[in-house]
Amino acid sequence: MTRYTIDPVTRLEGHGKIEIFTNDDGEVENVYFQVPELRGFEKFCEGRAVEEVPQIVTKICGVCPGCHHMAAGKAVDAVFGVEPTKTAKMIRELFYMAHFVHSHIAHFYALGAPDFVVGPTAPKAERNVLGVIAKVGVEIGTEVLKQRRIAQEIQALIGGHQTHVVMNVPGGVRKGIKEEERLDIVEKAKGFVEFAKFSMKIFNDVVLANKDYVDIIVNGPYNLNIHSMGLVDANNKVNFYDGRVRVVDTFGKELLTYMPNEYLDNIAERVEPWSYLKFPYLKKVGWKGFVEGQDSGVYHATPLSRLNASDGMATPVAQEEYERMYATLGGKPVNATLAMHWARLIELIYAAEHCLELALDKEITGTDLRNKMYQTPKEGVGIVEAQRGTLTHHYQTDERGLVTKANLIVGTTNNHAPISMSIKKAAQGVIKKGVKVDDGILNMVEMAFRAYDPCFSCATHSLPGKMPMIVNIRKPDSEIIQTLRRD
Amino acid sequence: MANENKPKLKMAVYWGAACGGCCVSVLDVHETLLTIIQHADLVFWPIALDTKYADVEAMEDKSIDLTLFNGAIRNSENEHMAHVLRAKSKILVAYGSCAHMGGIPGLANFSTKEELLSRVYDESPSTINPDKVRPQHEYKVPEGTLEIPNFYEDVCMLDQIVDVDYYLPGCPPQTERLVEVFLAIVSGAQLPPKGSVIGVSERAQCEECTRIKSDNRSVDRFYRPWEIEDDGVSCFIDQGVICMGSATVGGCGVRCVKGNAPCRGCYGPVPGVTDMGAKIMSTIATALNAEDENDIIKAIDSIEDAAGTFYRFSLPASKIRRKIQ
Repeated sequence: MTRYTIDPVTRLEGHGKIEIFTNDDGEVENVYFQVPELRGFEKFCEGRAVEEVPQIVTKICGVCPGCHHMAAGKAVDAVFGVEPTKTAKMIRELFYMAHFVHSHIAHFYALGAPDFVVGPTAPKAERNVLGVIAKVGVEIGTEVLKQRRIAQEIQALIGGHQTHVVMNVPGGVRKGIKEEERLDIVEKAKGFVEFAKFSMKIFNDVVLANKDYVDIIVNGPYNLNIHSMGLVDANNKVNFYDGRVRVVDTFGKELLTYMPNEYLDNIAERVEPWSYLKFPYLKKVGWKGFVEGQDSGVYHATPLSRLNASDGMATPVAQEEYERMYATLGGKPVNATLAMHWARLIELIYAAEHCLELALDKEITGTDLRNKMYQTPKEGVGIVEAQRGTLTHHYQTDERGLVTKANLIVGTTNNHAPISMSIKKAAQGVIKKGVKVDDGILNMVEMAFRAYDPCFSCATHSLPGKMPMIVNIRKPDSEIIQTLRRD
Repeated sequence: MANENKPKLKMAVYWGAACGGCCVSVLDVHETLLTIIQHADLVFWPIALDTKYADVEAMEDKSIDLTLFNGAIRNSENEHMAHVLRAKSKILVAYGSCAHMGGIPGLANFSTKEELLSRVYDESPSTINPDKVRPQHEYKVPEGTLEIPNFYEDVCMLDQIVDVDYYLPGCPPQTERLVEVFLAIVSGAQLPPKGSVIGVSERAQCEECTRIKSDNRSVDRFYRPWEIEDDGVSCFIDQGVICMGSATVGGCGVRCVKGNAPCRGCYGPVPGVTDMGAKIMSTIATALNAEDENDIIKAIDSIEDAAGTFYRFSLPASKIRRKIQ
């Protein structure tokens, strides 16, 4: 037995770890993906005034704070039994589209693209966002930074705080949008749409036009045949902010659908003694282990699963691209993990188009910002799609609105089992007897989980896309026989 | 500005129990990063660089000029890295609310470790765990022994674990404050006395806030933010809503209040104050329309979750500190 310890996988919060065990034939026996951190927000939200919680839970993640703020805001609406006013809902959604634009741009260019634009086995020093810029040109690189900055500016304008947004109140928002601000956002959103289309073109020209890359996507060790989850609107179109959760099975058929307040009938979480992070699964199917297939309870919640779980996109250009992806990859559902990058770009187009739609609607400058028909506070669940998966916040309160219980199922948590399985499959695919485990091999393992854009690497979103690693190859008695490092 | 022949500053950024927001605030220097890297080499920054723990451990003691440590101390790994970075750094800065005062993760000190673990792994309504499995520091699997860090009884701020030179507060710190502090260091300016809070103004948030304060305050009771119709102009305290601005040092640019949300004190106490709760109570007392002690008690009683509001970012740094079993 040989043990490969990848520790730390940097850009996890604090510390992350992958343990790969191979047998005497050099074949991968087992892989453990461990998340070594816990802060316990579920517990310390207790006792807080529930309207304060949306500002507390942003501190779960400094890169996707907007997602927690939105899920919490919706849960608090439900606690008070109010629906936000039309204008308030539009303002929240506009903010949220800008949040998606910023995050998806960063992931594609800084994390995803290096493996494709520069190449999966390119020299490691070039396989990062700087390498991407070198390949596509400084002008485009500057445009990437600019579009991301603009998305952040919109978030700061609407959200009230550039990082830890403070906009939501029960039934609405604290601040409206002025007409001159709306006009400014319209221009910025037009820029997003053009930039999103341009990003798709880069993907077409660089990735899809390259047979080798398409072969890796379709035939590489990056396939996981599991169920797909995503939030959909009344027409079963992808929606990030609102709707019902839909899960389609491994054949692409609707397996179940639920409203936020029904999540406990549909999702359960498992505890393993070797990781602080839990493992959610479909409750009605049950936990059958880290296994694929129709009978498994494992599902993923990613850009690709959102597209699999929907009947299409609610905006025109995104819809065209949706149809093209499924036509190219042989219909629904798509199980190719690396197609998550493609799906993410389709979502980027949707977020940009929807951002523009919302900004063009003058009703967004309305002054009816809050529905104050508050009921006695009691209990509420809020669900949104975070960039990295379906995000559920659930609060119970006493009659004064002080939290008595809180429960959270966070975007990436949904993907804990799938990520573990994808890493194992990739490792099994590339680490074999007689194969020298070098930097290129490590990158091939790493590509399996990078596709998920995991949020425990949350702050990576504006940074070079290489994953620095040290792999110690040990004898069973733990003596290190070889150390590989990739800088 | 630094002499061209002067050796570059060696700098590190590390996170303990944190959300990543502090590292984002460092990234938000945008173009100024170009100026920074003229004067400094980043030698350790897990978010951006490939340096590993082993590489840091191998560095000479005091070989890093400046370390920004963000995040609280929640587990054995956080503590270990705090000791390592203290030994390797000439200047260790507690960067951001969590390292400074415990921050939001410090709210966990209202509960015991057992209560936290029990909530997450046993009581959570979505968790099915009939065998009461808990994550283990060491766990034997068929292939070997797996390890994860020890989860501690409570949350500490950085200076409860190691000696800290300076504090740069905020959740997260305003990037402009970081740049000012950095440029002061590279320019060779006289550094403030050890233990100083840097990157803040000398006065309270209140004095930097543009909301209009009344000269004769007469608050009868306190309201939740959603119970009032905020006029967007008047001081929150005058409107009967708890705002921590009078107890909190300036430096953030009054960001939350500009977003029509009351301050919750992430920048920490005004100079000379150690306990934010005690300070805000004195502000409240002066704002009340109180004839006698009963009126004061009645008004204070109308504040929901006073402890969780007053010590939102500073529980581990407060006199309360933590729940004892």
